[in-house]
Amino acid sequence: MADDQVVETPEEDGDAVVRPLPDHPVLLALAEQFDEIEWTLSSGQDVFFVPKDRIRDVAQAAKDAGFELLSDLTVADYFRKKTPRFELVINLLSMQHKARIRLRVPVPVDDAQVPSLVPVYAGANFYEREAFDLFGLTFDGHPDLSRILMPDEWEGHPLRKDFGMGSVPVQFKESHQVR
Amino acid sequence: MTDQKNRDKHKVDLWLTGTEEPSWLVEGTDEGAQKMALHETERRRADQEGLSVGDDRVLDEEIAPDDELMIVNMGPQHPSTHGVLRVHIELEGEIIRRSKPIIGYLHTGMEKTGEDLTWLQGPTNVTRMDYLAPFHNELVFSLAVEKLLGIDLPPRAEAIRLLMTELNRVSSHLVALATNGMDIGALSMMLYGFRDRERILAFFEKTTGLRMNHNYIRPGGVAADLPPGWQEDIEFILDKIPPRMYEYEDLLKANPIWLGRTRDVGVITLEECLALSVTGPTLRAAGSDWDLRKVFPYSGIENFQFEVPVGEHGDVYDRYRIRVEEIWQSLSLVRQIAESMPDGDYKTDDRKVAPPPRARIDESMEALIHHFKIYTEGFQVPEGEAYVAIESPRGELGAYVVSDGGAKPLRMHMRTPSFANLQALPVMMADSLIADTVATIASLDPVLGDVDR
Repeated sequence: MADDQVVETPEEDGDAVVRPLPDHPVLLALAEQFDEIEWTLSSGQDVFFVPKDRIRDVAQAAKDAGFELLSDLTVADYFRKKTPRFELVINLLSMQHKARIRLRVPVPVDDAQVPSLVPVYAGANFYEREAFDLFGLTFDGHPDLSRILMPDEWEGHPLRKDFGMGSVPVQFKESHQVR
Repeated sequence: MTDQKNRDKHKVDLWLTGTEEPSWLVEGTDEGAQKMALHETERRRADQEGLSVGDDRVLDEEIAPDDELMIVNMGPQHPSTHGVLRVHIELEGEIIRRSKPIIGYLHTGMEKTGEDLTWLQGPTNVTRMDYLAPFHNELVFSLAVEKLLGIDLPPRAEAIRLLMTELNRVSSHLVALATNGMDIGALSMMLYGFRDRERILAFFEKTTGLRMNHNYIRPGGVAADLPPGWQEDIEFILDKIPPRMYEYEDLLKANPIWLGRTRDVGVITLEECLALSVTGPTLRAAGSDWDLRKVFPYSGIENFQFEVPVGEHGDVYDRYRIRVEEIWQSLSLVRQIAESMPDGDYKTDDRKVAPPPRARIDESMEALIHHFKIYTEGFQVPEGEAYVAIESPRGELGAYVVSDGGAKPLRMHMRTPSFANLQALPVMMADSLIADTVATIASLDPVLGDVDR
């Protein structure tokens, strides 16, 4: 079972460090194409750790290798748990190879700028706007990076861990006095 | 002065951000940055609209000068936008040149709320996202949590889950047919679709206690066993709906008005679907046989026989046909699952995850402790992250959960199909008549709770 597979930690093999590589031939070809990306198994699923400045190249290579569809793009905030703090998580789906790959991109909070994936996957448009809106990551080269779910003049990015749940008073009468 | 007073009165409790208050005020409905960018280069404008995907959709004629274009706002209160979708439409005469969906009117921060609920409370939250297919939301969240926990379920729990989700697919597609019919003018379809859906919801109510938002499928199994006499209820549904479906086929399939309003309307090609992350019936209507139930089977659906209907034109009519065929396939699945329903437990016997049976609490101190711990602090999920996706009536419904080893998720994200599918709307509507807008939106079948979360 894939879940039981143990990820081999890099060991000293003579003088060279053995780099763990995926079994799937398509993923293996991708991993060999880029030296910077690290492969690991997370809950039995294939994960690539990608440095943020290479993300567009890796996505383009993945698309050329048959990952036609960007099925999800989101961010996880590991506030006070991990540095760098954010992790951009991109799920790619290959219909021809019947495979998924998850790209995890560490993003520091003081340089939260990532190359946009819209030139590669047009479907990243709404997802990147959502990530900008709720986490404050900016995407270079996005055609229309604006808030998508929150009101335009909202301050702060609500899904960040240091943004409190807060509360908004609800008025059922005299609502014209709210402002 | 009064402004300052009011501001203090409604001060919002924010910690660590250091901001005084978020401007959640009325200006929020302003167009602001969500206005379509007017002074854009051709290339960027095409990217923004999704027109750069395939060559055939790019306008070959000169765009009319600005003073001949008219901007029309459709929604968010328009009845055929299926909730609170707002579409910004740029018209040249009666032809839609550009359009942009504007969303967020139903955003309630469910992903943020999910970080504050325990893993067991999670389904209560996610079930409210896609309110027409609540079981699918609960199932995908539970599957993701179980993936992290690494537990296996008894066969009956999985069969009950499949039974409920497939019935839910039927009820959701019936609503899609009903609203699609109403938007185009077939008003009787609206009444018939909702009437038949009610038969299924009555069974849901009998089983779970609620017509919608069930919180029935939970990590570790389901909340309760099927009610006594459930076979007769399923039999009743399987007897009543098929004859009705034939009736609706007579009503729509050969209806010249229906054909005229749906054939070659809102066309999207397979390449555009893939580029814009479109899944579900819309993708299958464009000619792909992609169905996650076949490719990445879940909950033992690989043991049952069903077929994946595929369209060829990618228009509104094909999407309608796909939904009808999927109702037939799901009804057949429901029959197969009901006939082979295994006996046994309906939830896992892992007492750290699922509460013990009521009778055990009277006899065993340990059972009482487990029960108390599950309902006070919840169970702990090992550190890790997982993405699990299932085929909801609208497409790929995914859950991405991150655990830091605690009783609450560090991050709970739902990949909702309506959100991604809505991106295809400008592509479908470009260069079509404004009268086809409602047909196109209805054929996408977006649920705005699913879009905005």
